[in-house]
Amino acid sequence: MAHAHASSHSVKRYTGIMDWLTTVDHKKIGILYLIAGGFFFGIGGIEAILIRLQLIKPMNDLVSAQVFNELITMHGTTMIFLGVMPVIFALMNAVIPLQIGARDVAFPFLNSLGFWTFLFGGLLLNLSWIMGGAPDAGWTSYTPLSTNDYSSTHGVDFYTIGLQIAGLGTLIGGINFLATIITMRAPGMSFMRMPMFTWTAFITSAMILFAFPAITVGLVLLSFDRLLGANFFDVAAGGSPVLWQHIFWIFGHPEVYILILPAFGIISEVIPTFSRKRLFGYSSMVFATILIAFLGFMVWAHHMFTTGLGPVANALFSIATMLIAVPTGIKIFNWLFTMWGGQIRFTSANLFAIGFVPTFVMGGVTGVMLASAPADFQFHDTYFVVAHFHYVIVGGLVFGLFAGLHYWWPKMFGRMLNETLGKWTFWLFAIGFHMTFFVQHFLGLLGMQRRIVSYLPNQNFDELNFISTIGAILMGIGVLLFLANIVVTTRKPVGVAADPWEDGRTLEWSIPSPPPEYNFKQIPLVRGIDAFWKEKMAGNKEMTPSEPVGPIHMPSPSILPFVMSLGLFIAGLGFMFSTEDFSNSFMSLIFNKYIVLIVGLLITFAAMIARSLYDDHGYHIEVEELEGEGKA
Amino acid sequence: MSHAEHVNGELPHEPEKATLEGRNKVLGFWLFLGGEAVLFGTLFATFLALRGQNNEGPTAAELFSLPITAAATLILLVSSLTSVFAIQALHRHNIEKLKLWLIVTVVLGLGFLGLEIYEFYEYVVHESFNMKTSAFSSAFYTLVGFHGAHVAFGVVWISLLIAQLYRKGLTVVTAPKVYVSAMYWHFIDVVWVFIFSVVYLLGKVG
Repeated sequence: MAHAHASSHSVKRYTGIMDWLTTVDHKKIGILYLIAGGFFFGIGGIEAILIRLQLIKPMNDLVSAQVFNELITMHGTTMIFLGVMPVIFALMNAVIPLQIGARDVAFPFLNSLGFWTFLFGGLLLNLSWIMGGAPDAGWTSYTPLSTNDYSSTHGVDFYTIGLQIAGLGTLIGGINFLATIITMRAPGMSFMRMPMFTWTAFITSAMILFAFPAITVGLVLLSFDRLLGANFFDVAAGGSPVLWQHIFWIFGHPEVYILILPAFGIISEVIPTFSRKRLFGYSSMVFATILIAFLGFMVWAHHMFTTGLGPVANALFSIATMLIAVPTGIKIFNWLFTMWGGQIRFTSANLFAIGFVPTFVMGGVTGVMLASAPADFQFHDTYFVVAHFHYVIVGGLVFGLFAGLHYWWPKMFGRMLNETLGKWTFWLFAIGFHMTFFVQHFLGLLGMQRRIVSYLPNQNFDELNFISTIGAILMGIGVLLFLANIVVTTRKPVGVAADPWEDGRTLEWSIPSPPPEYNFKQIPLVRGIDAFWKEKMAGNKEMTPSEPVGPIHMPSPSILPFVMSLGLFIAGLGFMFSTEDFSNSFMSLIFNKYIVLIVGLLITFAAMIARSLYDDHGYHIEVEELEGEGKA
Repeated sequence: MSHAEHVNGELPHEPEKATLEGRNKVLGFWLFLGGEAVLFGTLFATFLALRGQNNEGPTAAELFSLPITAAATLILLVSSLTSVFAIQALHRHNIEKLKLWLIVTVVLGLGFLGLEIYEFYEYVVHESFNMKTSAFSSAFYTLVGFHGAHVAFGVVWISLLIAQLYRKGLTVVTAPKVYVSAMYWHFIDVVWVFIFSVVYLLGKVG
C-alpha cells in the first residue's frame, strides 16, 4: 500500500462559508440537506396553514381562487420534492455510511452535486412566487390544465424546469447510495446483516433510479409542449392527455414508496433500541421491503380508475394495490412483536415511532378502501383522498422523520435534544394531526371536493373544516416547538457520549458523536446483525477492528458541484423565458436568442470538463493525527 | 485504497477495476445506465402511443428513407465494434492502439451525427415536418433527438478522454474513464438499434 504520492499534494482546506460550499463530507452534506429541507418544509407548512385558514369558514375570501390554486400546487410540490425528500436524504447521508462501517460514500463529489442541484432546483421553483406567479395546476400538473391554454403564466414552467433540476439531484443521490451500500460495507457486514434503515435506504435508492427517469421524460414532454410548441398532450394535434397521467403516475406511485420506505427503516431502528430487543422478524422485514418496492411499480393506474381504462385494467390494478397491504401488514406486526415484552422507554423519538404505528395503519386502511375501484369512483377527488394521503405521508413519513431526527440528532450534532420539548412537540403534532385530517375523511364522504377554494354554508362542512383548521394550527405550533428545541439545544456545549441512548445497536453508536471526518479510525469487523449490540453483549466496549491503524485517504473539497448546479439554474431560467415577449431589447436579446440558456449550459459543461481534466488526488490523514485526536 | 500501479510500476491486467474508485465508477455507471434505460423506455412508450397521430402532416411511411438510416445504423454499429477494439487495447496496455480506436470511434460518431443532422434538415426544410407539426412529429424529434444528443455528448466526452490519454497516459485513473465511456457508447448503440426497428422499420411497414 504505497500512498506517498498522494500525501505530498497539499490540499486546500477551506473554513467558514467556503467549507460548506465545497464540502464533500457526507455528514456535512447531510446537515446541508437538513437545513435546506427544513427551510422548504417551513415554506410548505406556511402554505398549508394558509390553505386551512382560507377553508376555516364557508365562503371565505382570505385568498383569491388563483392564489389558492398556487398554494395547493406549491404546498404539494414543495412538501414532496423539496421538504421530505431532502430530509430523508439528510438522514441517509448522516447515518448510512456510519451504519455500514464506511469512511464515506462511494461518490463524495456526486453527493455534493446531488445536494446543490436539488437546492438550485428548489430555489428556482420557489422563485415563481416573485416572478409572475407560482404553478397553479396541482402538484400532479395534469394536462390540459397545465398547458399554455389553461395556465398562461410561467408557473408551470417553473414547475417543469425546477423539478427537472431538483430531480437530477435526487437521481444522483439514489445512484450514490446504491453504489455505497453495494461496495462500501465493512468486512463481515453481509446484506442480511445490514441495519433495516440501510436496507430501506438501499431499496428506496433502487426505486429512485427506476422511477425518476420517467418523470424526467414527463417534464421534458410538458416543457416541450409549453415552450417549443410540441403536441404531446394537445388533443387537437393528435396528442394524449392520458399519456401525461400514465407517465406521471409511473413515477408518482413508486415515489410514495420511495418516501415511506425510509420511514419504515427509521421505525425499525428506533423501536428495537427503545425496547431493548432485536427487531422481530428481520428477514421478513427485508422481504416485505423488497416486495413493497416491487409491487409499488405495478399499481400506478389506481390513481386513474376514473380515467376510463376499462374494467379489466381497473380490476388488475385494484388487486395489485390490495396486495401491498400484505407486506405492509407484516411490517406492522413485526413492530408490535418487537415491542412485546420489551423494556420500552418513552423517549421523544420512540413516542413518534410508536405513534407512527396506529396512524400509519389508519392510512393503510383507507388505502385499501381506495384500492377498490368501484368505491374509488365515490372517493375520487374528494377530501377522503386528501385525508388518506396525509395519513400515510404525514402520519407515516413525517412521524418517522421526527422519530429519526430526535434519535440521530446527538449523533449528527453531538448534543441531545431537550426531551421535555420533544414530548410537547410529539403531543401537539400528533393531536393536531388527527384533528386536521381525521375529520377530512368525513368531509370527503359528505362530498367536499379536494382543491376547492371555498364552500357554501350549511352542507355539514362548516364545523369539520373549522376543527381541521384548528388542528393544522396545533401542528404548526408543534413544529415551532421543535425549532425552539433546536435553538435551545444548539446553545448547549457539544459532548454527548458515543452511545447516548446507551442501548444503541448499530455501528453508528460505536464512534464519537459527532463522528470525526474519517468516521472510523479503524474499519470495524462485523460479527452479526446489530453489530455493536453483539459486541456489547460479548463484554466489549468497542468494535473489534478489521485493520491496523493507518493513514486515511480523504477526497478533496470542491466548488465544482456548486458551479455545475448554478449553471443548470441559469440555463433553466434562460429556457423558461425564451418565449417571453420582453419590452426591453437587451432582455429580449439574451433570452429570445437563447444566450442565457447557452451560457448556463456552458458553465455546467466547463465545470464538468474541469472535473474530468484535473485529477482529484485527495489527501491523507496521517497516523500521528489520528492518534492525537484519539487522545484528545 | 489500493494504488496497485505503484507497487511494481506496472498496470494491472484490468486497470479499470484496480482501485476502489475505479470499481465504484464502473458499478455506478451500470446503475446510471439502468436509469437511462427507463428514460429511453418512457420515450419509446410515448412514441409508440403517438406514432400514428400525424395530424395531416407527413406519416412515417411517407417520410422515412431507409437507405440513409441504414447507413447511419451501419456506422454506429461499426463504431461500437471499434470501441470494443479500444477496450481490448486497453486490456493489453497498448495505449497507441487504444487512442487510435477511440479516434476511429469518434470519427464514426461524427459521421452518424452528420447523417442525422442532414436527415432532420431535410424533414424540416423540405417536408415541413417539425416539432409543431403533429403529435407524431413531437414524439419523433424528442426520441431521436434525445438519442442524437447522447451521441453528441459521447463524441465530446470520448474526445476529451483521448486528450487526457495523450497528456496523462494510461493509468488506473484514466482507465476507468475510458471503460465507462465505452459502456456508454454501447448503450446508445443498443438504443439506436431499437430506434431503427421501432421508429424506422415499423414506420415503413405501417
